[in-house]
Amino acid sequence: MNVLFNEMTEQEKLNHFIARIEAGEKIEADDWMPEDYRGTLIKLISMHGISEIMGALPEKEWVPKAPTLNRKLGIMAKVQDEMGHGQILLRVAEDLLKPCGKKRDDLMQDLFNGDLKFHNVFHMEAKTWGDAGLIGWLVDGAAIISQTNMLGSSYGPYSRALHRICAEEVFHAQHGEAIIMALAEGTEQQRKLVQDSIDYWWESLLLFFGPPSKKEVGSSKQDITIKYRIRTSTNEELRQAFFSKYVKRILSLGYTIPDQTLRFDKESETWIYRQPDWGKLKVYARNEGPRSQGRLSLRRISYENNKWVREALAPKVM
Amino acid sequence: MKNEALKNISIKELLLQLADDDFIHSYRGAEWLGLAPHIEEDVASASISQDTMGHAAIFYKLLEELGEGDADRLAHDRPAKERRNAIILEAANGPGYYMKDPDYDWAFAVVRNYFYTEAKAIKIQSLQSSSYEPLAEVAQKVQMELYYHLMHWKMWFVQLLGSHHADAVSRMKAAIDKTLPDFAGVFSLGQYGEEMVELGLIDGGIQKKWVEAVTPIFESVGLATTFKIGMAKGDGRNGVHTEDLEAALETLSEVYASDKAASW
Ligand SMILES: [Fe+2]
Ligand SMILES: [Fe+2]
Repeated sequence: MNVLFNEMTEQEKLNHFIARIEAGEKIEADDWMPEDYRGTLIKLISMHGISEIMGALPEKEWVPKAPTLNRKLGIMAKVQDEMGHGQILLRVAEDLLKPCGKKRDDLMQDLFNGDLKFHNVFHMEAKTWGDAGLIGWLVDGAAIISQTNMLGSSYGPYSRALHRICAEEVFHAQHGEAIIMALAEGTEQQRKLVQDSIDYWWESLLLFFGPPSKKEVGSSKQDITIKYRIRTSTNEELRQAFFSKYVKRILSLGYTIPDQTLRFDKESETWIYRQPDWGKLKVYARNEGPRSQGRLSLRRISYENNKWVREALAPKVM
Repeated sequence: MKNEALKNISIKELLLQLADDDFIHSYRGAEWLGLAPHIEEDVASASISQDTMGHAAIFYKLLEELGEGDADRLAHDRPAKERRNAIILEAANGPGYYMKDPDYDWAFAVVRNYFYTEAKAIKIQSLQSSSYEPLAEVAQKVQMELYYHLMHWKMWFVQLLGSHHADAVSRMKAAIDKTLPDFAGVFSLGQYGEEMVELGLIDGGIQKKWVEAVTPIFESVGLATTFKIGMAKGDGRNGVHTEDLEAALETLSEVYASDKAASW
């Protein structure tokens, strides 16, 4: 940073910053940034990162059980990718956290004590092989929509990480779709696995994109993320894109969607749908979902059991 | 038995041993997913388990080509008494279920992974000049991936034992003492072992070569090199197995067994 910049007032720095992102420039880790920008990014990226890691767990549950050698290989590869995404994102978050004096270990503690949240979908149970397929197909499908929305993020390191991640997510969605197609073309029982999964996951998929506005849950980060050019579309626009991409696809396989009111309104060119129970987002945020505590406990056990390993390898940063 | 029949049996036995070893080894690795000491290690060991499952699939495929039936059936639908894997590879990672309360021991994982990978490397080296050509061919491919696996587990082994951290060293020593008494099962070629060697399918003397390979590593971290290697629980090559395998088979074939005729 040059001398002139350091002599600017805070307001001048902010103006300069806004001018940069409005010109489409990327902000880098060591650049000056307003505190609420840093704070928003830390929340967003550490939540994204930890969600990748917690999100690997529902499918990990099905890795040993995958029904063929190829499916075992496919789902193993996917779980590995998700852990890899977590690793990339936590590193991006760590760089942002440096000035605050926090490290990876602190993020783990935040996860354990409930300060660091993970995405609502990963609080749900993956009860069947159908769920394992549906997660890849629709949860990753939803993730692609919401992450593509941030590919052009004003924060350079996040934007670059997302480019790498999104490329892999496309394979995940294909992997999930392949599982679902095999089931959809299979026996009555196999077909039913898919319908049950759609019924179980539908609400979670709608919740995944977040509330349309502040009024549903009391707060929303979408305004500040749009203002700072971290993302472009609103939650509702993303959810609409999800409907447009998947509703037809689901119906064409002969499945139903558990919402009788769901329809495309030609006049307003929007999907009309029954609102999910927004209150559930708060329940999951308190780690009170069906599988929240089970998965947190797995991470805690691993953290505690491997304490001796971290100590043996110290002072290397873990 | 006629020579040709004996040869066929020896080839199939060897392939079953190789396939079943990698299959159950990879399964144990997969149970560790998400539970490794840190995220970087989770990614690395997941990749290794995946390669290993890929190797198992290659060996099952060779059996399928020999008319032994579908590779997926061979992997998922054979009872314990028909499995040929070494008993030490089926041993659980620790108490508890992988989904609920996995009290897994990283020291045991490192020791077993390093020891097994070293043994596998010696076998694969030999298999590259196997008289059974399809096997010699796939050994080339496996060899390339194995190089990285071996480096990885050797690094962990040396790092933990060389850490001078009393707790880590004693856990690692305990894991070695747990592994070696059953580790001869990995070297065993089973009841057709002599024929396999005579037919040039694989070289004998794997154990001796293994000891030669690990001795300098043991010395580098100040471990005694008096190896008490045995087969305390029996020879898995001959279908002798433990409850740990039964439980694993139940889990890994849960979906497959729900409809064996279905396409998944
Ligand atoms: Fe991901
Ligand atoms: Fe994914």
